[in-house]
Amino acid sequence: MIFEYAPAPESREVVDIRPSYGLFINGEFVDGSGTPFKTVNPASEETLAEVATATEADVDRAVQAARKAFGVWSALPGSERAKYLFRIARIIQERARELAVLESLDNGKPIKESRDVDLPLVAAHFFYYAGWADKLQYAGYGTTPLGVAGQVIPWNFPLLMLAWKIAPALACGNTVVLKPAETTPLTALLFAEICQQADLPPGVVNIVTGAGDTGAAVVGHPDVDKVAFTGSTEVGRLIARAVAGTTKKVTLELGGKAANIVFDDAAIDQAVEGIVTGIFFNQGHVCCAGSRLLVQESVAEELLSSLKRRLSTLRLGDPLDKNTDIGAINSAAQLAKIRELSEAGEAEGASRWSPACALPEKGFWFPPTVFTGVSQSHRIAREEIFGPVLSVLTFRTPAEAVEKANNTPYGLSAGVWTEKASRMLWMANRLRAGVVWSNTFNKFDPTSPFGGYKESGYGREGGRHGLEAYLKEIS
Amino acid sequence: MSERLSVRKTYKLYIGGAFPRSESGRSYVVTGAKGEFLANASKASRKDVRDAVSAARKAFPGWSSATAYNRGQILYRIAEMLEGRRAQFVSEVAEADGVSGKKAGELVDAAVDRLVWYAGWSDKISSLRGSANPVAGPYFNLSTPEPTGVVGIVAPPMGPLFGLVSVIAPVIVTGNTCVVIASERAPLPSITLAEVLATSDLPGGVVNILTGSSAEMAPWLAGHMDVNGLDLTGADAELAQKCEELAAENLKRVLRPNGKTDWAADPGTGRMTAFLETKTVWHPIGI
Repeated sequence: MIFEYAPAPESREVVDIRPSYGLFINGEFVDGSGTPFKTVNPASEETLAEVATATEADVDRAVQAARKAFGVWSALPGSERAKYLFRIARIIQERARELAVLESLDNGKPIKESRDVDLPLVAAHFFYYAGWADKLQYAGYGTTPLGVAGQVIPWNFPLLMLAWKIAPALACGNTVVLKPAETTPLTALLFAEICQQADLPPGVVNIVTGAGDTGAAVVGHPDVDKVAFTGSTEVGRLIARAVAGTTKKVTLELGGKAANIVFDDAAIDQAVEGIVTGIFFNQGHVCCAGSRLLVQESVAEELLSSLKRRLSTLRLGDPLDKNTDIGAINSAAQLAKIRELSEAGEAEGASRWSPACALPEKGFWFPPTVFTGVSQSHRIAREEIFGPVLSVLTFRTPAEAVEKANNTPYGLSAGVWTEKASRMLWMANRLRAGVVWSNTFNKFDPTSPFGGYKESGYGREGGRHGLEAYLKEIS
Repeated sequence: MSERLSVRKTYKLYIGGAFPRSESGRSYVVTGAKGEFLANASKASRKDVRDAVSAARKAFPGWSSATAYNRGQILYRIAEMLEGRRAQFVSEVAEADGVSGKKAGELVDAAVDRLVWYAGWSDKISSLRGSANPVAGPYFNLSTPEPTGVVGIVAPPMGPLFGLVSVIAPVIVTGNTCVVIASERAPLPSITLAEVLATSDLPGGVVNILTGSSAEMAPWLAGHMDVNGLDLTGADAELAQKCEELAAENLKRVLRPNGKTDWAADPGTGRMTAFLETKTVWHPIGI
């Protein structure tokens, strides 16, 4: 049966996008010295706004503002810092719809995700770390902030990654200079307005926009005490090299190639939902995405036919439509990368399948795609695609599942589907990954530490553990 | 009757529970504090570094999955064996550092006590570093620390026994395995310590000890793609920076040198936590 859906677009009237944006330094919007760049709606290729580029000199001004503010901010009683953060959390809740629409416009993600996942988690993250600000002495990591934190975040969860970076940094008494991704700067700039509305002291939060050069200037600035980065493993390596020999404290949250492992005793329908959430949530633009499906050979056929049936019901299209499951790919460059790796999958001998799925004419789109007959040496089994592409491999024994799951330089997340609790715990013990989802996938919470093993980076964000990155070690 | 000629010890490397010479056939002269000849120590090569990393990797699954109680008992056993060889270590430390017998005795005692201290941490660090997380949903959510894997250690040049024990114990007590570059200046106590390790029920390969040139070996360890962590305590600023740059290639966890370490001070938990990962498991609650 085919269900017809009438369009149900969320109104974009709730958000007022300015034609151009400056940098947010010392509590004010100022011009950038570099050549401004345009940010586009990836679903339509329409230009949304022109955004300033921060040069090294602009970044220096931002760091100086943050350094000056550090004295004031770190000297505030924790209870006062807490109240600022609670205030920010509340304003985010008040303006959640506006932020969600803006996020979907700039990023291309479905409104149901930005509205029901991103924004609630953003507010919750500020609310959670607000409560830590006056309780640091109980956390076990000391109470001394580091100073100025230089933070560089990716385009897949623009506002959520901002929250993961700024909330713990401020709670611990640090000040920040944050660079959003060049394709998704708008919600960070709206967040700057929220800081103004909250009367946050000038210089505590500074937002500098630009591309890789701006990020490198933030990371490399000699007066930055702490570097926090979320993004590709490739850039993570450059950062680790750049801070060598300095005293900068670093946390890196990098790529992944997570295994989602389905045993023959799993609840198949639930597993299918988990596989879909695992790889098609946010168009697969998720570092912890379950991009490798490892299915036990005896149920592979049954599972794949259920999965294909389910994928045929996914709705791809206008991110602002409330019925949309799969939105736009964030940029032309990312689309090219997904295409290139998918072509490599075919060339290396895997079988490619996508449901019948009409793609809009304008914008950047890629249909949900499943590769079967994938072997461990294939590029699509080894490299992070960061798109809606699932590679399916099979296994016979639990030991083989562990071996294959761990056969990657990454170690961010993993999923296990089995009804047998002892087997689940046995698997969870052996998987070399920072987050293991048992009979679920892609769940996040501010109280739950997140971060990788091996080349997925180091440090944890979220929970009590997340404070460690922003406090001086007790020697 | 003539005076009996003593039987000297050949100082070799310690890899995978065995005592091989360097595959390179190289050795170097080790002198005491006053410049007198003490021994020819093995001068380990790049191949020895790689063999040691292989041995450490091979030992990791077993050691990291041993119970914390078991690891604690083995560390305590190392302390027992060290205490039993006290006289030998006192004389080696005195020769290496040119300190009095009394001072050397204090250093050996401190090394024994440090092992006992870390032994007790094996089944307590998880309680401190782990947590049950109150997520907003029907999930049981638990974070636990796990060992990072294979850790390369550049041991401090000073403190050939106490410093050495103070860098090895915190790495292995949590389940990591390691490759240690011993003090280049005073390597002999490290090989005698290896004899202690070999008779303490510590599985072969958990600790591998190499003697030779730190500047030569440390970069190979730092650049090795099957090493997960790097403790640069014993590296000078220049070597440390070079090693940290090499370590970036596979994003090793790096413990930077921290000026002059006071080994006598309370070591805290930092040397253990530097080489621990946090794993968080989500499990749905339902019937």
